[in-house]
Amino acid sequence: MGRINRNRKEEVDSVTENVLRGQSVISGSANGRLVVSREPLSFWGGYDLESGEIIDRQHHLSGKVVKDCILAVPGTKGSSTTTAVLLEAMQRGNAPLAIITSGVDSFLALALVVAEEMYRKSIPLVALKPAEYAELPSGHEISVEEDGRITWIQPNR
Amino acid sequence: MKLKLSESDSSMLAGESGPAVQMAMSILVRMSEIQGAEHLLSIVSSHIDSALYIGDSTLDYAERLVDLGAKVCVPTTLNVAGVDHHGWDRWAVPAEWAHKARRQMLAYKAMECKPTWTCAPYQTEERPSFGDQIAWGESSAVVFANSVLGARSERYPDLLDICAAITGRVPAIGLHLAENRAGQVLVRLKSISWDLLGSDEFYPVLGHQIGKLAGSRVVVLDAVGVNPSEDQLKALGAAMSSSGSVALFHWVGLTPEASTIQDAFKGKAPEETIDVSLNDLAEARNDLSSCTSDRLDMVVLGSPHFSLNELKALVPLIEGRRCDSKVRFLVTTGRGVKLLAEEIGLLEALLEFGAEITVDTCILTTPMLSGEIRSLMTNSAKYAYYAPGLLDREVVFGSTEACVESAVSGKIIKDDGLWVV
Repeated sequence: MGRINRNRKEEVDSVTENVLRGQSVISGSANGRLVVSREPLSFWGGYDLESGEIIDRQHHLSGKVVKDCILAVPGTKGSSTTTAVLLEAMQRGNAPLAIITSGVDSFLALALVVAEEMYRKSIPLVALKPAEYAELPSGHEISVEEDGRITWIQPNR
Repeated sequence: MKLKLSESDSSMLAGESGPAVQMAMSILVRMSEIQGAEHLLSIVSSHIDSALYIGDSTLDYAERLVDLGAKVCVPTTLNVAGVDHHGWDRWAVPAEWAHKARRQMLAYKAMECKPTWTCAPYQTEERPSFGDQIAWGESSAVVFANSVLGARSERYPDLLDICAAITGRVPAIGLHLAENRAGQVLVRLKSISWDLLGSDEFYPVLGHQIGKLAGSRVVVLDAVGVNPSEDQLKALGAAMSSSGSVALFHWVGLTPEASTIQDAFKGKAPEETIDVSLNDLAEARNDLSSCTSDRLDMVVLGSPHFSLNELKALVPLIEGRRCDSKVRFLVTTGRGVKLLAEEIGLLEALLEFGAEITVDTCILTTPMLSGEIRSLMTNSAKYAYYAPGLLDREVVFGSTEACVESAVSGKIIKDDGLWVV
């Protein structure tokens, strides 16, 4: 196991530890498989609050279930009810494990602020710069740390 | 830059105006910090989408505010609710859903919001004026208020709009500030026929295409000589804010902040120019249809809610005719417009045709459709965009005329004439 460095890769033994340092918008930690969306998503009409499936039939992740994953989405779009859908998914325990965005997304942040206010529970929300967002490894197991760091390990070839 | 609160903001945050105001202000302050606002500003009115029942959490939130004594402090209208308050039992809405959705409606009434229950509040007397600072929810209403009326609103999400209405304050960011209202993306129309430009079907398709490409940026449409109606601009904006999140567009020579193209861009250069061709639009139009057969169970019109003028235009298309007995024909609108239509005698023609009218809500926001209704046809890009995922129904987008012809014949009839490249 190598030391974790900020915003750069370090090769130690036979694995590479990757670190992206994001802005912790809603603080928390989570580990899980990362699903990366290339396109923004309206949670209303786009996220099934029971199953966690992406249900926007024009979205490239349509049909994918992301509730037990860490979801990276550039941001939200469309409906103003996105916040209510994420709040309800939180309350039912059907939200993703954490959400990573490209830039700060105020709709997602609001849902989590209200979830804290109402239910004293939340999930981590981390904002990355667009260039860093592009480095996210879809399909990998990653860790989100309380300070906004995102880390993952890749075996060396 | 650190957020600086006024004395009165600080006093609200400290709880000196009661616990509801304190809760609303604490959420607003937290969001202002996240969004990087330097101060708050005052609003003159608000439009609330939070009254829409999504589940126990949205009801809990509403009733928590009421229990704490919340009242709005600016004139405030209400968006669609989770149920047609007086007509839900004619549809497949489960009683428990209706009960909870009505409780949530009553909570927002108790906060002294006006029970307009429409996603097109600009079709009521509560219409903002040019330059008004407002806090509106409902993506399609926000883009209309900013673009067509020249009022100033950010896109307020559910749960935050009511905090703004309770405190009268919002973060001073985004489209509230003149400098952020300059155009960013220039859209030009290439070789579009005048027949198509004049048709109602053009605007939702154009909006759908622009929303996909413009994202959340301010759009400038340069199409001098084309003068869309208010209903056409409503359809354009609703489509842009479904496929994308456009909250402001300028139509050069038509909308209030765009007397010239330089005016619309406030002297800056566009960051991108998008040329829209007939071919692009024909493809965008195909995005809005998912039906694989000509089976038709329901025609649905009115997202955003039908206006009085749209009802007036529908009457000559249906007068003396009859909807096929296997097809339901639904118009969704607001209470106010329905009342006006009744007063001028428009409803009779609709009922004789076999049409039904739902107010307060729409097919996307209340579980009203029974399982047998599988295949929908609509003239609304917003209905067409959301129905496949949200309702798990097939949908076909078409003109109002094609919707009527299909309803009469009992199967989907598409008219592609204007779209052939």
